[in-house]
Amino acid sequence: MSPVLIIFFVLAGLAVLGALNLVLQKHPIHSALSLIVVMVCLAGLYLLMGAEFVAAVQIIVYGGAIMVLFIFVIMLLNAGEEEHTDFSKIAKFAGLPLALALTASLAALVVKPGQNVHGATQAVIPKATEQISTMLFKDFVYPFELTSFLILVAIMGALVLAQREKK
Amino acid sequence: MVPTQYYLLLSAILFGLGAVAFVFKRNIITIFMSIELMLNAVNLAFVAFSQASGKVDGQVFVLFVIVVAAAEAAVGLGIIILIQRNRQSLNIEKVNLLKL
Amino acid sequence: MPTPMLDHLWIIPLLPLLGAATNGLFGKNWPNKLVNAVALNATGFSFLAALEAVREFIFVRNQELFRKEFFDWIVAGSFRAGFDLQMDQLTVIMVLVVTGVGFLIHIYSTGYMAHEGGYYRFFSYLNLFMFFMLILVLAANYVLLFVGWEGVGLASYLLIGFYFLKKSASDAGKKAFIVNRIGDFGFMLGMFLLFKTFGTLDFTQLFAKSAPWANEGWGVFGTFTVACLLLFTGACGKSAQLPLYVWLPDAMEGPTPVSALIHAATMVTAGVYVVVRSHVLFTHSETALVVVGTVGCATAFFAATIGLVQTDIKKVLAYSTVSQLGYMFLACGVGAFGAGIFHLMTHAFFKALLFLAAGSVIHAMGGEQDMLHMGGLSKKIKVTYWTMLIATLAIAGFPPLAGFFSKDSILFEAFQREGGWHPLYFFGLLTALLTSFYMFRLIFLTFHGKQRYDEHHVHVHESPWSMLGPLVVLAVLSVIGGWMAAPSFWGGEDHFTSFLSPIFGAAHEGALSEATAHSFELTLAVVAVVAALIGLLTAFWLYIKQPGKPAEIAKSLKPLYTTLCNKYYVDEAYGAVIVKPLLALSTNVLWKVIDVEMIDGTVNGIAHGATATGDITRQTQSGNTRSYAVWVVIGALAVLVIIFWPAIRAMAGGAQ
Repeated sequence: MSPVLIIFFVLAGLAVLGALNLVLQKHPIHSALSLIVVMVCLAGLYLLMGAEFVAAVQIIVYGGAIMVLFIFVIMLLNAGEEEHTDFSKIAKFAGLPLALALTASLAALVVKPGQNVHGATQAVIPKATEQISTMLFKDFVYPFELTSFLILVAIMGALVLAQREKK
Repeated sequence: MVPTQYYLLLSAILFGLGAVAFVFKRNIITIFMSIELMLNAVNLAFVAFSQASGKVDGQVFVLFVIVVAAAEAAVGLGIIILIQRNRQSLNIEKVNLLKL
Repeated sequence: MPTPMLDHLWIIPLLPLLGAATNGLFGKNWPNKLVNAVALNATGFSFLAALEAVREFIFVRNQELFRKEFFDWIVAGSFRAGFDLQMDQLTVIMVLVVTGVGFLIHIYSTGYMAHEGGYYRFFSYLNLFMFFMLILVLAANYVLLFVGWEGVGLASYLLIGFYFLKKSASDAGKKAFIVNRIGDFGFMLGMFLLFKTFGTLDFTQLFAKSAPWANEGWGVFGTFTVACLLLFTGACGKSAQLPLYVWLPDAMEGPTPVSALIHAATMVTAGVYVVVRSHVLFTHSETALVVVGTVGCATAFFAATIGLVQTDIKKVLAYSTVSQLGYMFLACGVGAFGAGIFHLMTHAFFKALLFLAAGSVIHAMGGEQDMLHMGGLSKKIKVTYWTMLIATLAIAGFPPLAGFFSKDSILFEAFQREGGWHPLYFFGLLTALLTSFYMFRLIFLTFHGKQRYDEHHVHVHESPWSMLGPLVVLAVLSVIGGWMAAPSFWGGEDHFTSFLSPIFGAAHEGALSEATAHSFELTLAVVAVVAALIGLLTAFWLYIKQPGKPAEIAKSLKPLYTTLCNKYYVDEAYGAVIVKPLLALSTNVLWKVIDVEMIDGTVNGIAHGATATGDITRQTQSGNTRSYAVWVVIGALAVLVIIFWPAIRAMAGGAQ
């Protein structure tokens, strides 16, 4: 039982617990905070895998920006506890089994080492950040520039959508 | 080292939990958050593959996913605000104007 | 040697077709004169073209068979049926009769139909008929002949039902077409059999191939017998023989020129023409010849008996036509094909004349067709009277008019042919007597005796010269038409038979020697004239001398008289046995079950199924977002399974 494995199980367990909490909580704010926990745990897992840059981006963007945005909106709209309405028959009866079936099939596919999955584990990738930046600005420069355009569009869209109606 | 399957199994579990929440929850914001959870699970899988193969392509892809998720969250939350204004409720079952 | 007309033989049928198309498409608002100009020119020039073609055939080619293929119509494997026209001696006679008599009747129609509605339509149909009839007689293979055959049936339907607003007329048109169809079915089967056996339907090739085959004796149903009997079925339908004659009396609903042209001179003779043209096939089959002769004779007698009691002037002539056609088939049956064609030609002259004169009488009487309402017209419509009298003398067989020579030649051939044809001769003679009787009855009832109509209502007036002119021309032809075949014992050569001899072979050798044959012919001729005379005198006695006698005889022989009056109840029998069950089958089975339930049910069922499917799939679009979420998950699951199917199977296989 190497330390890495222990850390992995801790972080993984925490992530799963956070996700469960997200499902089970009634108030959206609690779900949002659970999601932050999940994201931090995932950032830790990325660090464990040697992807520092991704971990940093995860915390800064996902945790620091996106989740904050979520919490802002929850507070702005004064979201309360969930009401219990039940209009969809199919969701009531087939929803849970189907979702669990999805999970199970995904899990079954990845569990056995075979064609789908490499069995052996590799060492940590050296100089990951440097390689990422090289790739980003050399091979993927075009999508990279497009994403900036995408963000611009998103900003404008969000502005237009959230405007107060003109009297 | 941690075998790659463990990461992938975790990713699958997180994705499944996200799917369960997606189907079951009635608050729009919670549903949106479950989508984010699913995206995160996928990111985890990408990074796991990246480590297993030794190339950084997976991580680059993760970056793009995060960017897109950010843009999507911004616009999506804008829409949620509008829904709250129009239907005066955040219950997804109240958004049913297409019902016969 | 150049034969420009023969090389362009298609001009002869084409001109009437152009006339028909012009009048039909454009003639609706034209004045009568313009319609006349188109129609008469078309037919007239066609007649001149035919004359020229005949001249070239006789003098330039020395009567050598002419055949030209104008274009390929059907080419399938080794079978070829082209638009091929031919000219031989038989065609010469047919084409001259058709165009000549046709032209005269066109002239007559300009006068007769002058005040009728649909004038342009009448001439368009009449020209169309000429086109098809000419195709029929000029064709060089059975397939093209059949085109003409069907086409004249169509033209007949159109013209019989010319007054289509009158139910009886449109019914008669339908009846003619349907009964013809039954015959045509037999004709087609005959063609198929010939094609299957010989591989060709071209006349020259077919007759050449079949000539060396062995003859089939009486009672043997070989290929020739069956094929000939089938072709004869078609001839029965077209030429109104038993049992398919029922349409011809009803066809009198059409205008009188139609009755003259189609149902006397040309269309109904198409059946005789086909039998004569196929004589090579018929002479190979003893059974077929016996059937043809017997049916012809039986029809001749049967129709004559019905004609005795008819009161409508056109119906008498209709039954007379059926009867005379029987004579032609009788001639074919005993092997005297030349005599049959000769009678066809003379019959065309005097029967067309009879019909046209009857039309003149009807026109004079302002539309009255019942002879019992006529009488004493001989002084008032002189030209009509004299021409009709000439025609009656001709049909009764009085020398030296045309009918004597043709009828006599048929009876002589029937008598002298070996093999027990004498019953046919006897019935033929009896029919001649009956023919003379009912034709003179017609003359006496119509033109002599007391005036049985009201002078104030009917203003009897002679017809215009557009109608009388053709009557005179046909009367002259009825007189001199027979002279070309004056029998040998009168010192002349039988020009007609020798003209046709390249087709039929030399004059038929009888069982008797030359001298005995001559004296027999003379005796038989005298017997025939005596029979005709008996008929005339009986009619004279019954209708002039003792006008009350016919009613007395009718009363005393009441059952026989009623049967004859009702035409032996044949139409009623057909109605009960064939028409009614067919109608019941069509209504109850074909319509109610198959059409409404099965076909409509299937189509409606498909539509219903589409609606039902839509109802089911509609439920996915519930408007509820949570159900959409579930569908998303289902979709994701499905995609996953489809992509990883081999891996799943491997795992399942490994797990077992």
